[in-house]
Amino acid sequence: MNKTWNQKAWLLVLPVVLLVAFNALVPMMTVVNYSVQETFGNNTFFWSGLQWFEQILTSERFHAALGRQVLFTSIILLIEVPLGVAIALCMPKKGVWVPVCLVLMALPMLIPWNVVGSMWNIMALPDIGLLGYFLNEVVGWQFDYTQDPIDAWVTIIAMDVWHWTSLVVLLAYAGLVSIPDAYYQAAEIDGASRWAVFRHIQLPKMKSVLTIAILLRFIDSFNIYTEPFTLTGGGPGNATTLLSIDLVKIALGQFDLGPAGAMSLIYFAITLLVSWLFYTLMTRNDP
Amino acid sequence: MSKLKPLVPILYIAFLMLPIYWLVAMSFKTTNEILGGFSLFPQTFTLDAYRTIFSDPTWYWGYINSIIYVTINTVLSVAVALPAAYAFSRYRFLGDKQLFFWLLTNRMAPAAVFALPFFQLYSAVGLFDTHLAVAMAHTLFNVPLAVWILEGFMRGVPKELDETAFVDGYSFPRFFVTIFIPTIKAGVGVAAFFCFMFSWVELLLAKTLTAVEAKPIAATMTRTASSSGYELGLLAAAGTLTIIPGAIVIWFVRNYIAKGFAMGRV
Amino acid sequence: MARITLDGLAHSYLPAPSGPADYALKGLDVDWQDGGAYALLGPSGCGKSTLLNIVSGLLRPSEGRILFDGEDVTGLPPARRNIAQVFQFPVIYDTMTVRENLAFPLVNRGVDQATIDRQVAAIAAMLEVDGMLDRRASGLAPDDKQKISMGRGLVRDDVNVVMFDEPLTVIDPHLKFALRSKLKELHQRVRATMIYVTHDQTEALTFADRVVVMQEGEVVQIGTPVELFERPTHTFVGHFIGSPGMNVLPAERGGAGARFHGHDVALDGAIAADAAGRLEIGVRPEFVTLGAPGTGIPATITKVADVGRHTVVETDAGGAKVSAITNAGAGGLPSPGEAVGLSFRPDRTRAYADGWLVSGGGA
Repeated sequence: MNKTWNQKAWLLVLPVVLLVAFNALVPMMTVVNYSVQETFGNNTFFWSGLQWFEQILTSERFHAALGRQVLFTSIILLIEVPLGVAIALCMPKKGVWVPVCLVLMALPMLIPWNVVGSMWNIMALPDIGLLGYFLNEVVGWQFDYTQDPIDAWVTIIAMDVWHWTSLVVLLAYAGLVSIPDAYYQAAEIDGASRWAVFRHIQLPKMKSVLTIAILLRFIDSFNIYTEPFTLTGGGPGNATTLLSIDLVKIALGQFDLGPAGAMSLIYFAITLLVSWLFYTLMTRNDP
Repeated sequence: MSKLKPLVPILYIAFLMLPIYWLVAMSFKTTNEILGGFSLFPQTFTLDAYRTIFSDPTWYWGYINSIIYVTINTVLSVAVALPAAYAFSRYRFLGDKQLFFWLLTNRMAPAAVFALPFFQLYSAVGLFDTHLAVAMAHTLFNVPLAVWILEGFMRGVPKELDETAFVDGYSFPRFFVTIFIPTIKAGVGVAAFFCFMFSWVELLLAKTLTAVEAKPIAATMTRTASSSGYELGLLAAAGTLTIIPGAIVIWFVRNYIAKGFAMGRV
Repeated sequence: MARITLDGLAHSYLPAPSGPADYALKGLDVDWQDGGAYALLGPSGCGKSTLLNIVSGLLRPSEGRILFDGEDVTGLPPARRNIAQVFQFPVIYDTMTVRENLAFPLVNRGVDQATIDRQVAAIAAMLEVDGMLDRRASGLAPDDKQKISMGRGLVRDDVNVVMFDEPLTVIDPHLKFALRSKLKELHQRVRATMIYVTHDQTEALTFADRVVVMQEGEVVQIGTPVELFERPTHTFVGHFIGSPGMNVLPAERGGAGARFHGHDVALDGAIAADAAGRLEIGVRPEFVTLGAPGTGIPATITKVADVGRHTVVETDAGGAKVSAITNAGAGGLPSPGEAVGLSFRPDRTRAYADGWLVSGGGA
């Protein structure tokens, strides 16, 4: 649609700008403020330059948390995206059961995040939880996520797959049902294989929704806090201390506002940069 | 292959429902039964947990608080997003692309980054521990999302609709409210749904910005969990009840869900 | 290339059809000659798309058989029927270049590279898309995209039949003509059997050697464009083809043929003796002449419309609407309210009983 130039349109966006500016700019300024100052209590602050940034960027604790965060996000993207697409491909295109399926699938996304954490916390308890009991008594795996780091990782990943795969399913499914029947019929007449149909029809038509899905999954998994915190509290040890958990520990637990501010900015910058890179990469070939 | 195909979504839904079933089943068990060992079905069916929740004001006020701020947030987010989305879908103006991108970056901000500054900001303006504080804080990520979704729906409405109305002598506000908004009511529904959803499930900011008066149910739960130790039945019942509002809302928009997710950049 | 025979073909979308109303196709027996250009013409919902999908194999008929060169292919999937189909909306593989799009059906059938190159080059030249072979197909204009879809159908030299399902729907009006001529030209060059589905009579009549007119799941007439125009065997055909359509007037037996509005009307031949049911006479506006009052059938002019090359005059004759096409003669145009006398050209005036032709030897 060709749009007309109209500077008065600013009046229409003004409420949004004011509201978001109040919420985003003021806190952001506060964070920037902390990040370049040193305090010894009593609300007195001293200019400290880029000291905190240097400290964070060279700290092993930050590197470890970032490493865990990257690992977590990579694993869940690698599981949830292909799994979500596969499930969407198996869904019927229409029928009375489709809305029911969609509602049931969306249900986990509508549960408050700490409830999700608590659910899995109890579910995975080795003695009285469904999952923990099953793994220990039926499979025979000495499973205890409160003690074993691997078990803790398995649990938080299972939880996230349970919680968010549906987002990918719903988006991919929305992309799939928007493909006209004629494409499938033409492919059938052209003698295309099942793989060719996926590669040349379904995947290209799902590309824009999958871009949104991957972007949202990246952002939300990279910023995840409540669920793993409720589930494992970051433990055992620091095994599941992801970036947000570590940040909250520093900011609200230790009240180290300077390092916390610097870490916040670095954290936000990484999220932005990766999102931007990914988005540019995915849309580079668009006409 | 094709025979197995319908099994995949069924298995997936079973996987999704299992933890929910576990939660619901646990809410009907006695504490002794829960702690006594593993049981698939409640052996001694009890409604004690629900009775506690509905008779103790700190519990049921948690629900009311949550519903109040979620509602304020949804109304506020959609109300400010509507004119903005219209501007983005219809006009070019100085800095429009940069503004749109800046709005979206707020969706990318980790809530943990904002927790402390928000506490200070809302304390400074005297809104700490009010429903409005949580509702406004949640607009940080809901307004950009609502603008994004609504803009997608509005782009699908031909510009001729606007032009015809203006030729017919409609003023902009009257056109917008009586003609345009009804035309994209599906989009408004989807945007409202997403605002509801993300405000309902968020806890970190909601907990940071409240103490007593506006404390959300989720925060009540975490405090119960830590103070009274292993009151798991109560916790499960409270958790079960948090699923219900979401389930009701999603049922209303079921036909738009898939579309709403896909809207905009398709 | 093949001769296509539909043998007692019927189809219902319901699992257990109980009456004729449940059928989308009601028993068709049609023969399509090898190399012919056919059009399937009818209003929306008449079953033409259903028929097309049955021929292509996307749909299995509930009853009857379909034969290619006498061989039963009713149970074969589309890929094994060697057919091509062009859809209403251009179907393009977005990720591929134009060249890859055109080669796709050949690649899927394991044709060797040299043949593929030769065939693609030939078809691209024929469609005049050879300049854009290495461009990505997703960025093309709708008419170019539709050309590529046609090309994918024609690139195989062994196709039995190419089917077009209202292929010009999304094409700009001024390009429709060009694309239609292209299609006609292609047909003359490759001599493949082609079936062209449309609800637009101009498209059907200009493309096809023979037109199959369908209504409510039945074939009402198969004929050349001239036959459909001059000798419609069903009032539906008379009405559907022509602009304006044939006048269909209530009548009764009498005199030499039929009586309409109290006057004897001469027909092209005698009404069959066994004809029963509601009798009507049909005459095209082209064969209605306006005369002075007192001659022929009295009528009053209700509307005069100048449509360019000629004038359409609507008259009222005893409550029935009769249209006539005239060329403004020396007397100038008549005006509404004027009384006139109508006369029908006898060899172009026919009688229909319950819609079917019953005069001059019948259908």
